[in-house]
Amino acid sequence: MKTREELQRKVAEILAEEFELEESLIVPEATLYGDLGLDSLDAVDMVVVLEKKFAVRLADENVMRSLRTVGDLLDFLETIQQE
Amino acid sequence: MVITGCGAVSPFGLGVEKLMAGLRSGSSAIRSMPEWQGINGLRSHLAAPVPAFDARPLLARTLRRTMGKMALYATIASMEAVAEAGLSEEEITSGETGVVLGSTTGSPGAYQEYYGNFLSERGLATVKSGEFFKLMSHSCAANVSLALGITGEQWAPVSACTSSSQALGLGYMLVRSGRQRFVLCGGGEEVHPSVTGIFDLLRAASLATDRPEDACRPFDTRRDGVVCGGGSGVMVLEGYDSARARGARIHGEIVGFGNVCDSGHIANPDMSSMARAMELALREAHLPASAVDYVNAHATATELGDVAEARAIARVVGGEVPVSSFKGHLGHTLGAAGALELIAVLQMIALQQFLPTRNIAELDPRCRCAGIGTERRDLRMNTVIKNNFALGGVNTSLVIKRV
Repeated sequence: MKTREELQRKVAEILAEEFELEESLIVPEATLYGDLGLDSLDAVDMVVVLEKKFAVRLADENVMRSLRTVGDLLDFLETIQQE
Repeated sequence: MVITGCGAVSPFGLGVEKLMAGLRSGSSAIRSMPEWQGINGLRSHLAAPVPAFDARPLLARTLRRTMGKMALYATIASMEAVAEAGLSEEEITSGETGVVLGSTTGSPGAYQEYYGNFLSERGLATVKSGEFFKLMSHSCAANVSLALGITGEQWAPVSACTSSSQALGLGYMLVRSGRQRFVLCGGGEEVHPSVTGIFDLLRAASLATDRPEDACRPFDTRRDGVVCGGGSGVMVLEGYDSARARGARIHGEIVGFGNVCDSGHIANPDMSSMARAMELALREAHLPASAVDYVNAHATATELGDVAEARAIARVVGGEVPVSSFKGHLGHTLGAAGALELIAVLQMIALQQFLPTRNIAELDPRCRCAGIGTERRDLRMNTVIKNNFALGGVNTSLVIKRV
């Protein structure tokens, strides 16, 4: 189980590598589809890569679609981890 | 219909300049592929891959994510071609410009990635969103259109080794009919062991792994088969008046296109169909065979293909017209071959210089009927024929005139 800080660092590392982003931009307030410039194809790949790296299933499409910011994503991953 | 821009990604590297430097120096881009040695049943460990390069500074991630290697090569070659042609943003994006780019299949590397995951996982959970766009058969054409903002017609002839020569023929017809003012024509291909494996299965791949530079030997008595290569050749076609009005440099004019099918055998070449393609192209060009100054042969270094083509060339233009093939330098770049090789032929016309076939130590007596030259020399060239033939019975010939 990762602390929030560890989780944020790990997520920032994963998204930075996958989407060729500056890690410093991946802060909780950053919006995924605005500030980070991701789109619908990236959303699919984000699930694939997070599932692989965290060895979890992120099967709930509705929840994934409702995530607006990096912070929302962190909250969601924390919930999954707790489950 | 004239050619006003050329772009190349070849086994010699990125750019027409590198392609020509390799060909003019008589170098070989073929190398051993030791990483293929563990593949069960594959005996040919040779290829002419495009040297590795970092594409990140060249194209945005959102474009690269849907590109396999072949689409990446085609996009970089297209960018070079439109830059050389001097097409404006408006001309490229207004709908006046179309794209015709072929390849043997979609990206074989992407097939491996997709079906590797699909079959081992029995599912799609690990498949990324970009994979389909890499493996679809019109991957080169679609990705180039997206990268350049092209809104005209998009076509993707898929006919193995004639994919890009058919693309040139189709582009020529699109411009001639007035459907498009400009067309980007050509094709792409990437090296993959599964592709070499097909030629190996057909007993048509070279096994000279320990002598990569000597491996591909078109028209030579010691030839032992094809070496597959990768890359992309793209050209900008437009009407003569359009090119003149823009003040564009004209590399040459396509004046005839022969494109015939032989139905005798799915794999074996057919001499009379090869000849028929050349004859039809000359007839469309309203030119006699005596006008031909040079023939750039398909000649892939297979016994059946080389001998049939030499005889077909001799039948159509006689035994004196100089002939050469670039497969000994570049390997067989399959879907890219027609366009990449034609780009080199256009440069030969500009230089008025004959570049010979590499690796002919002893010309096969059965090929001596054609004027196969082995020495680089000056040559007056006004009219040339470019041949490409494909498995599946496709035979293409383009007639190009110097302008």
